[in-house]
Amino acid sequence: MTLSNSIADERVWPELGACRVPSWVYTDQELFEREMEKFHYGKTWNFVGLECEIPEPNSYRRSFVGPRSVIITRDEQGEVHVVENRCAHRGAPVCWKQSGKGKDLTCPYHEWTYDLSGNLQGVPFLRGAKPHPGMPRDFNKADHGLRKLKTHVHNGTIWASYSEDVQPFEDYVGPEILRFINRVFPGREIRLLGYSRQHIPGNWKLYFENSRDPYHATLLHSFFTTFGLYRADAKFCVTPQPNGHEYIYSHFTSNTREASADMAAEMKNIKSSFTLEDMSVVTPVDEFKDGLISSLQVFPSIFIQQHGNILALRHILPKSAGGTELAWTYFGYADDTEEMKQLRLKQGNLVGPAGYVSLEDSEVLTQVQRTLTSAPDTVQVIEMGGRDNFEPSETAITETLLRSFWKFYRSEMGFDGAVA
Amino acid sequence: MGQSKSQLRAAVRDFYEDYAATLDADRVEAWPAFFTEDALYQVISRESHSQGLTHATIYCNGIRMIRDRGAAIRQTAVFEQRVIRHFISNVQVSEENGEIRGGANFLLIESLYDREPQVLMVGEYIDVLVRDGDGFKLKQRSAVYDNYRVRTTLVLPV
Repeated sequence: MTLSNSIADERVWPELGACRVPSWVYTDQELFEREMEKFHYGKTWNFVGLECEIPEPNSYRRSFVGPRSVIITRDEQGEVHVVENRCAHRGAPVCWKQSGKGKDLTCPYHEWTYDLSGNLQGVPFLRGAKPHPGMPRDFNKADHGLRKLKTHVHNGTIWASYSEDVQPFEDYVGPEILRFINRVFPGREIRLLGYSRQHIPGNWKLYFENSRDPYHATLLHSFFTTFGLYRADAKFCVTPQPNGHEYIYSHFTSNTREASADMAAEMKNIKSSFTLEDMSVVTPVDEFKDGLISSLQVFPSIFIQQHGNILALRHILPKSAGGTELAWTYFGYADDTEEMKQLRLKQGNLVGPAGYVSLEDSEVLTQVQRTLTSAPDTVQVIEMGGRDNFEPSETAITETLLRSFWKFYRSEMGFDGAVA
Repeated sequence: MGQSKSQLRAAVRDFYEDYAATLDADRVEAWPAFFTEDALYQVISRESHSQGLTHATIYCNGIRMIRDRGAAIRQTAVFEQRVIRHFISNVQVSEENGEIRGGANFLLIESLYDREPQVLMVGEYIDVLVRDGDGFKLKQRSAVYDNYRVRTTLVLPV
């Protein structure tokens, strides 16, 4: 690690390491730029989309890696590519539409044309407006293609990397994460159900932490706990993974609602008298035949969740130190029954920008960001489960995944004192 | 019943304005009364709607789910205090074989208690209405929002 940057030199991480987080880590724009270089444009695999979003040859769709616009394409032969949406000529976006079809991409500005793998095919007036000269004789189109990202397709999911030296995808995510990705993406044909997007005026790491923090989920989201969908008294498996990843699963049983008295006393938000008139929203079918609710994060871009019959991707798109887009993609399977389609639509109310168990997240993170911005030198405390505990947990009442994240982050960003 | 199109439009406009006034007054308990028992109510992104995708940000199939949405806001949701105002314009109606199709633009301005007001959402209602005595009820309401992104959080119905 040779990252010796001015921020790491100027900024001093608080004592006690990974169980303390300085507020400036969420608010410093220069640090944000460093993070994008290190993580999103570095040796990582970033989720960019689903194969079913570009189902046919000669189709394309826009996505993002970090704040940069990219285009996912499927060429005539059916091969998937990811290229930067930035013309090699003057930097204009080549693709101005969300998605489209065609054999090539033509930049509207000067009509430079690229094939779907990003190779420059045509330049208007290449030989000039005769008799006047055009491009220099040695102008080589092969040198002026769109920036190509390394691309990997895994069971219907599409990933991209700016690094040629990135580990193979399977190694990058590791065998345990791969097992949980394959649980919801077993190679079964995927049916796209729709999108909801929200802009959260908060740092991307706040959202990353929020979705790996089961401690808050049992308390803030009282809808969750009221219906036994996510309860502190359930058996959990909360597991840090290498490269900044994590996974969580728990066993869902409808009688989890009958909480033990001492747990219920801790969880003041349980509204034991509140019921729904349509309980199908909180009564999932055990479609994976293992009784689990599961979620995982592949750092730095995606949270994949299965809550009951909701299958959702939370694509975390950093825009600036103080702004993040959260792009929700909902999916099912091509062979879903009508009953299952209806269940997924109904349970979709649980998550998203208006979700019964997620609307509190954007509310709280927005306010946290304001507070941190006004007090960048304050320090946060992450001690639940033990100051130096980085081990997997069988209870949701733990911050082991947050400490594991900060341990990883400090090391990668050169904040851990190991880098001179 | 011998009602001219302009009379019908005026009556539907009144109905829409009552709907908006009910939500603006934070009377979410009274909101389900605007729907039929078998109503479909959804708030859906234009991105999904224009591609024919079915997932909706809020999806209520039947009056029970509509009442549940209202109850959950009151009982379990934790959110910053806010005031929402609906601005409804360009009301459109057509009636064929006793079925009334209605539509209108909506603009929602959200004011958090310590922030400047902002545009929360802009879009269009696409409705099917049925007559109910002198008034109407919504049999279908799709609130299709043009925003590429919801501004922070969508708490209250549209």
